[in-house]
Amino acid sequence: MKAKSTIRAVFVFGALAAGTAVAAAQEEPPTPPRLSWSFSGPFGKYDQAQLQRGFKVYREVCSTCHSLNLLAFRDLADPYGPGFSEAQAQQIASEYKIKDIDDKGQPIERPGRLADHFPPPFPNEAAAKATYGVAPPDMSTLAKARGYRRGFPWFIVDIFTQYQEEGPDYIAAYLQGYREPPKGFELPAGGHYNEYFPGHNTAMPPPLQDGQVAYDDGSPQTVQQYAKDIAAFLMWAAEPHLVARKRIGFQVLIYLIVLAGLLYFTKKRVWHAVEAPHESASGQAATKAGA
Amino acid sequence: MSGHSTYRPQSKFMQWLEKRLPIGGLVHSSFVAYPTPRNLNYWWTFGGILAFMLAVQIVTGIVLAMHYTPQADMAFNSVESIMRDVNYGWLIRYVHANGASMFFLAAYIHLFRGMYYGSYKEPREVLWILGVILLLLMIATGFMGYVLVWGQMSFWAATVITNLFSAIPGVGSTIVTWLWGGYAVGNPTLNRFFSLHYLLPFVIAGVVVLHIWALHVVGQNNPAGIEPKSDRDTVPFTPYATIKDTFMIVVFCIVFAWFVFYIPNYLLHPDNYIPANPAQTPPEIVPEWYYLPFYAILRSIPNKLLGVCALFASIVILAFLPWLDTSPVRSARYRPLYRQFFWLFVATAIGLGYLGSRPPEGVYVVISRILTVYYFAFFLIILPLLGIFEKTRPLPNSIADSVLGKA
Repeated sequence: MKAKSTIRAVFVFGALAAGTAVAAAQEEPPTPPRLSWSFSGPFGKYDQAQLQRGFKVYREVCSTCHSLNLLAFRDLADPYGPGFSEAQAQQIASEYKIKDIDDKGQPIERPGRLADHFPPPFPNEAAAKATYGVAPPDMSTLAKARGYRRGFPWFIVDIFTQYQEEGPDYIAAYLQGYREPPKGFELPAGGHYNEYFPGHNTAMPPPLQDGQVAYDDGSPQTVQQYAKDIAAFLMWAAEPHLVARKRIGFQVLIYLIVLAGLLYFTKKRVWHAVEAPHESASGQAATKAGA
Repeated sequence: MSGHSTYRPQSKFMQWLEKRLPIGGLVHSSFVAYPTPRNLNYWWTFGGILAFMLAVQIVTGIVLAMHYTPQADMAFNSVESIMRDVNYGWLIRYVHANGASMFFLAAYIHLFRGMYYGSYKEPREVLWILGVILLLLMIATGFMGYVLVWGQMSFWAATVITNLFSAIPGVGSTIVTWLWGGYAVGNPTLNRFFSLHYLLPFVIAGVVVLHIWALHVVGQNNPAGIEPKSDRDTVPFTPYATIKDTFMIVVFCIVFAWFVFYIPNYLLHPDNYIPANPAQTPPEIVPEWYYLPFYAILRSIPNKLLGVCALFASIVILAFLPWLDTSPVRSARYRPLYRQFFWLFVATAIGLGYLGSRPPEGVYVVISRILTVYYFAFFLIILPLLGIFEKTRPLPNSIADSVLGKA
């Protein structure tokens, strides 16, 4: 009992101290709103139409500056991803120009093939840097490379609720987070004020405007919708095997839980002779006789 | 302790082999007939869980090494290629990455169990020290494995940790250059870390054999903390311990699978999905969760050299535990005061873990220092004195009596 009260005192002390510390720490950007994603939770799947729209946004807007080096055109035909048909993916690939060399070793540009990776928008890092002062990051792993601090106690709750969508939530919020700088905020030249960006000074100008990308499935052509669709697309780009992972995970868990149950009752049966009170003279001696 | 082997080979071949290499008898005496105290609780299954986790890490690691490229310009992309293009590569890599965390989780539970029940006390000092050596080897192996991903956090963790050695007076910077294989963390560093990350798990496996050997010489401790006196106090390892261990390994795998399949990136830092960039320091450099308590101790001390000393001392001090604890009673069950200080120590370790993840400023530093003082005071002041002043409760006559309620 006494030990318990000691521990409780420690935790209360710790919580108080942590609370004071949060107030003392630097001002952190606001928490991005938590959106609902088709790929969240134990049975999450990518929404094909959303990924196709997101890809359209990437292609018409982001790809001007951002590379997608780790993805190949064949990935677009992933049935658990954007789900383009092979012919569609081939068609998309052929619309890109790929640098190559011909039989005589002369540099050429040829139409892309399924096996080709997305070509980068800039020939090298220095050229990428020259545009806005910082090189626009590659987008292949971006949705897993971004996030925000969940803080206590949410980081513990997340284990049980399986919240893993900090990346897409942040990206969607960031793309809609451009504001006029508040009074007294000194924005360096060439910077843009973004509410969700750590430090608020981001190099990228607001990339999206309402009506900028034409959707042919009737989805609203708003910055809000674009931001969500590109965030979903980037999540798929960063984690293309998410659907298989969750599907297999469910099967594995069912298997393990059933196996654990069977083993538990086997264990009980085996230990019965030792743990039953009427066979108090058990232990090594009794089990030898029983075996 | 394990007594005479009662192994009698059945088949002609095993009889033939037993006369030339008595391996059947060895396995039988170690894992079948080996007497284990009948009162072991579920906390005693973590040794088996750790052996299982070591096997998982070695098997997945060998497969990963078949696809990984230890070259600074290609390492990050080769990991991504495993995640994308290798069949079930995502599964193997997530099992390995989360397996490291699960390995440490099991090791810390195993360690705290040993502390609670006084498993380090005479005659198990060597067994305990081998365990501390295993912890040190795990820390080194886990750190080098984390660097292999060659993301931002890999690179900067490597920079920060190797730089600790620069605190050594006189030869510090020479040692660091030697560790790096250059004047900064770079390709030679990555290459040697890969080589050592492949080597050390087999060293761990070797020390595990010694650990188990030492265990089988002195026998297991148990929740009552008294030695078995007769056959009534023990049960044979098989089937009793084997079925219990197997059950708990499967339960542990449920937790493991939850992380691997549903929240595989929960324990990984987002910055490690950004390729290593020596020209850009990340806003915060945080080690993996299992190093955070030691990291908090390092940062709580304002002097770099003393901080590094405290960091190493916080792990090495564990090896001296058998002599720092002066109490003749092993189990915390019969040590009412020790039990309180023990749980306070667990809370301190968890608290230091949280503080290690926070920026070293303001009140965080103050609390880190208080907890660091308690961490060392627990070993150096409280344990030696408790043995003298603590009034322990009477021990049961035998293990069988403690199980059957005749204290």
